[in-house]
Amino acid sequence: MATQHSRSAARFMMAPAVVLLLGWMLIPLSMTLFFSFKKYLPLRGDSLGNGLDWVGFDNYVRFVSSSSFWPSVITTLLIVGGVLIITVVLGILLAILLDQPMWGQGVVRILVIAPFFVMPTVSALVWKNLFMDPGNGFLAHVYRFFGATPVEWLSQASLQSIIMIVSWQWLPFATLILLTAIQSLDSEQLEAAEMDGAPILSRFYHIVLPHLARAITIVILIQTIFLLSIFAEIFVTTGGAFGTRTLTYLIYQRVLESQNVGLGSAGGVYAIILANIVAIFLMRIVGKNLDA
Amino acid sequence: MGRIQLKQVEKSFGDVTVIPPLDLEINDGEFVVFVGPSGCGKSTLLRLIAGLEDVSGGVIEIDGSDATSIPPAKRGLAMVFQSYALYPHMTVRKNIAFPLRMAKVSAEEQEKRISNAAEVLNLTPYLDRRPGQLSGGQRQRVAIGRAIVREPAAFLFDEPLSNLDAALRVGMRLEISELHKRLKTTMIYVTHDQVEAMTMADKIVVLQAGIIEQVGSPLELYHTPRNLFVAGFIGSPKMNFIEGAEAEKYDAHTIGVRPEHIDVSETEGPWRGTVGVSEHLGSDTFFHINGTGLADALTVRASGEVGLNRGDTIFLTPQADKIHRFDRQGLRIG
Repeated sequence: MATQHSRSAARFMMAPAVVLLLGWMLIPLSMTLFFSFKKYLPLRGDSLGNGLDWVGFDNYVRFVSSSSFWPSVITTLLIVGGVLIITVVLGILLAILLDQPMWGQGVVRILVIAPFFVMPTVSALVWKNLFMDPGNGFLAHVYRFFGATPVEWLSQASLQSIIMIVSWQWLPFATLILLTAIQSLDSEQLEAAEMDGAPILSRFYHIVLPHLARAITIVILIQTIFLLSIFAEIFVTTGGAFGTRTLTYLIYQRVLESQNVGLGSAGGVYAIILANIVAIFLMRIVGKNLDA
Repeated sequence: MGRIQLKQVEKSFGDVTVIPPLDLEINDGEFVVFVGPSGCGKSTLLRLIAGLEDVSGGVIEIDGSDATSIPPAKRGLAMVFQSYALYPHMTVRKNIAFPLRMAKVSAEEQEKRISNAAEVLNLTPYLDRRPGQLSGGQRQRVAIGRAIVREPAAFLFDEPLSNLDAALRVGMRLEISELHKRLKTTMIYVTHDQVEAMTMADKIVVLQAGIIEQVGSPLELYHTPRNLFVAGFIGSPKMNFIEGAEAEKYDAHTIGVRPEHIDVSETEGPWRGTVGVSEHLGSDTFFHINGTGLADALTVRASGEVGLNRGDTIFLTPQADKIHRFDRQGLRIG
């Protein structure tokens, strides 16, 4: 956009989109903030029409002082962290594997992407009923075949199970991004390293991994955004029981199960703060890979 | 020491034979250039010597011992790649240090060798930069630096100058030649550019379709090409080939005369033609001559400026002792 004229034309044409986007973000955000300072219990007859009582920071204090608050934050971070570690590590390994020349490469790559197309609700139900069911699940049969007692996945190892389900969903995404990154690595660099006397693990550590740094950063950032708000997987499997209540799920329970909109909104504001803290940490740790 | 011997080395990819069995001897300290048109197998041959490709048959000996199945890192050879293959996330210093780190050389020794190499290659001011911040010529020098610090038995260059612009190429050509004079290490250099081959080599290996057409010093190849291919490939502009009646006068199927071995006259000479395109280089003028009835077009070189224009009649006299004769199979006679 070189000239004054084209620049102002560009601004003019972008304006509707920007206004729409701002409205989209700002209206829900300000309503959340508004409700978070009000007593709003729809079942007790509170409504916008009758006017809501101002309660100051009561909702905020109540939300934090609830015994479920800190466990929910920790659960959220455990799920996000666990899924990130599993998807990045396995993603790198799978990407390397898929990068090897082999018969039927195209088909295999499409199959690998497939889980990403399955809706979260569906995949969680498939896992719950077909794999993890302690009576008829596939895993239960495997356990029994070896004479072991089947694990009741979703109650005995609930958090791990959720991490497993979510990782399965997000692994294709990580693999795909990392695979394209690996394919862009100049093979002469690897050959040069080979000539320089680097054995295969050193080549991976000194050449491949640094080359992947940016792709890994992107995977981590994008996944974190989505993982902080996972809901369907918990809703259809454990319903928040057995220590799988994340912050998102806690807010849902406050608003819809307890019908306390004000308290839930305060939780929503905490969720925004948590997301920002995580974002700041992530940008500190991995953000420098995006420069240059 | 860097004496490399190839004995009946061959390479095929599946059913396609890239290099039929081939023998070659490279002596210690020699600057050997593999030259040939693209796809002639010269890079493959280099990669076989480097160990980046496995041979399909035959033996590669380095300093008299069989190296055929030794992994690339253990052969004591260093390679400079066409794309330089620098590690983009490492500084110049770390790039050069990488082979030393892999060889677990002590820190002081590393520092010593790096500063030595940096000095030789004028890289000292750039040691803390990354490859992305360097120009093409500097990157090339870093790649050479990374090869030098290993103190290899031989250097392998895979078309190292083809990504540089013309002016820089001439400069780097000179630098590599000087480096060879100073280090006295064996160097094997692959190029498709016969000018690079002629200017740098002690020994040129001309390859075509994986077959060695001729091995010899640059001037040997220039003066006594063994066959039509070598005659046409070495020398710029290309040698003129004349067949038919004119060639039979010399008892040959084909005769070849280089453009610089034809005298030009406006008045007399055995061959007569008209001037087509002329290329003025200042020091020389190249004329493309049509209508001689000998070949489609002849190229001749005249020194300096000659006052001939397109369409003028021109007379040519080949220098009798500079005529190359070839038989029906394209092999040199006499």
